[in-house]
Amino acid sequence: MIVFDRVSKIYSDNSVALREVNFSIEPKEFISIVGPSGAGKTTLLKLFLAEEKPTEGAIYYDSTNIHTLNKKDINKFRRKVGMIFQDFRLLPNKTVYENIAFTMEVAGRTDEEIESDVPHVLELVDLASKVWNFPHELSGGEKQRVAIARALVNEPEVIIADEPTGNLDPANTYDIVQILKKINDLGTTVILATHNKGIIDLLKRRVVAMEAGRVVRDDKIGKYNE
Amino acid sequence: MFWTKLKRVARTGFFNFWRDSTVSFASVLVMTITLLVIGLISFSSAVLDTSLAELRNKIDIDITFVVSAEEEDILNIKHSLESLQEVFLVTYISREEALTAFKERHSSDQSILSALDELGENPLGAVLNVKAKDPSQYASVAEFLEGDNTLSSDGITIIDRVNYFQNKKAIDKLTRIIASADQLGLALTLFFALISILIAFNTIRLTIYIAKDEISVMRLVGASTTYIQGPFVVVGIIYGVTACLLTLLLLLLITYWLGNTIENFFVGFNVFSYYLRHFLEISSIILVSGVLIGVFSSILAVRKYLKI
Repeated sequence: MIVFDRVSKIYSDNSVALREVNFSIEPKEFISIVGPSGAGKTTLLKLFLAEEKPTEGAIYYDSTNIHTLNKKDINKFRRKVGMIFQDFRLLPNKTVYENIAFTMEVAGRTDEEIESDVPHVLELVDLASKVWNFPHELSGGEKQRVAIARALVNEPEVIIADEPTGNLDPANTYDIVQILKKINDLGTTVILATHNKGIIDLLKRRVVAMEAGRVVRDDKIGKYNE
Repeated sequence: MFWTKLKRVARTGFFNFWRDSTVSFASVLVMTITLLVIGLISFSSAVLDTSLAELRNKIDIDITFVVSAEEEDILNIKHSLESLQEVFLVTYISREEALTAFKERHSSDQSILSALDELGENPLGAVLNVKAKDPSQYASVAEFLEGDNTLSSDGITIIDRVNYFQNKKAIDKLTRIIASADQLGLALTLFFALISILIAFNTIRLTIYIAKDEISVMRLVGASTTYIQGPFVVVGIIYGVTACLLTLLLLLLITYWLGNTIENFFVGFNVFSYYLRHFLEISSIILVSGVLIGVFSSILAVRKYLKI
């Protein structure tokens, strides 16, 4: 269970990114965070990953305050979370295989596990034929599928997707959403931040709407605008 | 797990070095120049040291004794000179040896030789040649000779002349030049070494700056500091070792080419044979410098992007 408890983030130049954000996410839930650019979606995710600290309030993961963890435990916590970004953020000097193997190495998995799991997860995202390609040799949709495979391979408890379809065409967008849904069906919590109306309406899951750093709406089965 | 991690870090480092070949090539080149500067500095200080030592060796003073001086008295003075701390070496040249040397020196000048024959006896006095440990110490040696220590058993001075007093000005000047050349050499060495190390350091920092997004991604998938830093350190070591090999090869070519030319300038110093004789020493200095620069630059540069 993830709890955002009265979380505020105010930057040094007094710009308010988040104000008193209060909500919780149950295990195995699929939640979309929507809102226009600058609403605070990305800041919220950054705080959850302990990339930044909240100015006030706390974020709990299974009743542990994430921001009280030391560096080592933060690393361990991050290994339980899979991440997907709008700009993919693959390691450019590594092949598709190595990009995915890297997260497994980080998590301390053995060479045998890596050799058996990487092809398996690439099959799951339908990229088995591109194992030895470098990221610059892939299309946007393919890169995002590699990123999803990388996020999935350690069987994380939570997957965070920050505008995963922002750089993709409608067909690829649809594919990615289907993959995320499938991941959720298999029991992984998914947090999706997006401003893509079509996706939200298609999903028919919980929607938290944000505006100017505040939560303005929290619907069990939501639409983008009501 | 430790060995597995080490193996993975080393492998990633090698791959990064190989795949980023343009960046690696440029970094190795800059590092080679740095190491070349460090290598050439050690050569130039050796050249300077040898020529200064040569110069120091050339400075000495001759004490010429009167013709009537007893050999025993002269040898007594020799002993007391040898007991002085400042004195490095005292050589006794007897009257006969002095004459032979004089004849040899003027073997082509018949008029001098015939004048000597006409004289019938040896007009030259015996000589003590004194070398001090340091040129600045001749003054105290000369002072010693002026005192009562050099009187013969009869209480008469047997020293005819000491050429220190004639050469004093030249000796003083040379002493000052040697001292300042030593200092200037050290200052220049430090200056050039520092500059070239900074250039190599900055180049490596730039290559890591290119990878800063990559480092943040590694951080976000939960990689530990050592696991992120490791491959960069490996690349730093490879830069150091490759640049070291290149530098040693370049030095071999440079010294071979310069060997004879320089020997004409600095008597008795051949850089090529110096290089060969001190190869182990020079190569370890260069290797250690290269690896240290590579490793420390990498660690410092990566640390900056690890704050997430």
